[in-house]
Amino acid sequence: MEKIAVKVDDLTVAYNYKPVLWDIDLQIPEGVLMAIVGPNGAGKSTLIKAILGILKPIAGSVTIFGKPYKSQRKQVAYVPQKGSVDWDFPTTALDVVMMGTYGSLGWIKRPGSKEKKRALEALEKVGMLSFQGRQISQLSGGQQQRIFLARALVQDASIYFMDEPFQGVDATTEVAIINILKELRKAGKTVVVVHHDLQTVPEYFDWVTFLNVKKIATGPVKDIFNDDNLTKTYGINYKVSIQK
Amino acid sequence: MDFIEYIKLISSDYTLRTITLGTAVLGGVTGMLGSFAVLRKQSLLGDAISHAALPGIAIAFLITGSKDTNVLLIGALISGLIGTFWIRGITSKTHLKSDTALGLILSVFFGFGMLLLTFIQKMPNANQAGLDKYLFGQAATLVESDVWLMTIVTGLCLFVLLLFWKEFKILLFDKDYALTLGFNTKFIDILITSFIVLAIVLGLQTVGVVLMSAMLLAPAAAARQWTNSLGLMVFIAAIFGASAGVFGTAISATQNNLSTGPVIVLVASVFVFFSFIFSPSRGLLFKQIRLIKNRNALELQKTLAFMYHIVEDHDDISHPHAIKILNNFQGFSRKGLRELEDKNYVKVAGDMWSLTSTGVAAATNLYNQNQKDD
Repeated sequence: MEKIAVKVDDLTVAYNYKPVLWDIDLQIPEGVLMAIVGPNGAGKSTLIKAILGILKPIAGSVTIFGKPYKSQRKQVAYVPQKGSVDWDFPTTALDVVMMGTYGSLGWIKRPGSKEKKRALEALEKVGMLSFQGRQISQLSGGQQQRIFLARALVQDASIYFMDEPFQGVDATTEVAIINILKELRKAGKTVVVVHHDLQTVPEYFDWVTFLNVKKIATGPVKDIFNDDNLTKTYGINYKVSIQK
Repeated sequence: MDFIEYIKLISSDYTLRTITLGTAVLGGVTGMLGSFAVLRKQSLLGDAISHAALPGIAIAFLITGSKDTNVLLIGALISGLIGTFWIRGITSKTHLKSDTALGLILSVFFGFGMLLLTFIQKMPNANQAGLDKYLFGQAATLVESDVWLMTIVTGLCLFVLLLFWKEFKILLFDKDYALTLGFNTKFIDILITSFIVLAIVLGLQTVGVVLMSAMLLAPAAAARQWTNSLGLMVFIAAIFGASAGVFGTAISATQNNLSTGPVIVLVASVFVFFSFIFSPSRGLLFKQIRLIKNRNALELQKTLAFMYHIVEDHDDISHPHAIKILNNFQGFSRKGLRELEDKNYVKVAGDMWSLTSTGVAAATNLYNQNQKDD
């Protein structure tokens, strides 16, 4: 059995007494490209945020490679939802990507030429090198998403959590992003993605977690991505034929 | 206003010099910190803090019986901080949104402060007069030690800004992400908020409780129009703030001693107004000009494309066509035709026009470019 990258035990999160996540146990093996799917309000983003300590769970624990998350932050990179920030903020694409180096720099120390080089490499990887000096509000939605991805790539982490990286991007960008994710997996990284488009799950991912407040199922796509689990998760009789 | 007279005044008059320096430093520091408040969408925080400071002033007087500025401002600082952290507490612990929390704290503290002020005014000893100057500020009461205090706080603030620049920036842009990188966002947040409170409290004597928030917002809002870099924005806001202080003081000193605080705020508002209209990239004027220019350019492109379609069917590109044909097409105008002629895209002879080879090349390019944009 492969190494476990992320282990979540008994995780429960509630907003105002209403549980958003209920008693989640989850083990994510190292080196998988995993989709988290579920209907709106199923707690997909919440799960990622709780794992990353952005939200405080009322119960449960998270370990990364067997150690508490707090001591493993450098192993973990996060791509938030694009809509979570103000894109009119006065800064450039390169500057946003540079933020990915802040964690390894720690307090007070400023990024230097080494950090800039890493940021430029990441920009190149997502095909945004020529936009480095562009004010971020002048970028299209897909470009903004790529900038966020580049920022996470700069962190050079082992585990990547991404909150809907395909939201509002066109087909070209979607292919570009998924190729980068597949490259990450090939390099032995673990990638966890909140995903909405069920049709593309078998094509893009090798693992999947069905979530609807409770965890419905988790495992390899070829074993568990079936109408039965889809129906259990989405509550309607799911009749879309899925090609495997 | 007589400029020469003012220069003479400022070189001879110690008080005026002190006030000018004081308002300039105050404008600088509030402009700097205001940029952070504006970018965090906490524009109203300044208003709430300044109003929350009022009861502190009154209580400090009631306890000590002293009207010493520093004593009163320490009271203001304490109640300003309490107000601020209550706002934070309300937004994080209840369902209330931050604007509700701000409004609530603002009115409760201000109401309580006014109550205490009227109570103090009715007290039998004669020492109570003058506390109400903190409502609208009285720059004339600035003395050298006040200016020193402002300068020290500004220096400290500048030092902290430079030291934690990267941390402030990431907190402003993406707080959750900063947290996942391992930064203590609560600490950074409290640090920047404390400095905002400090700057506001320092300005109460000059500008007053009611107008103080404008000192925070106006320079920052104006500066945002001129740059897309955070560093430059903070710098320009400081310059705008300081200039508002200097000009405001000058105007009020030379115009029958108009109340300084409101004049400074008005000068800052003029900066905002000017910036909103005349900034090259974000200003309304240039936006409108760009819109018209784009529309004209598009019109020309449409005409050129239409001409190209007609010409396409002929072997000889310079074959002349009647201008009348263009009438079928809505984008056509004599002026547009003349502009195309000026660009050497089209030759016009009498009622006939023909495309030049440059024109054909431009039209072909137009199509390629459009395809690339798709």
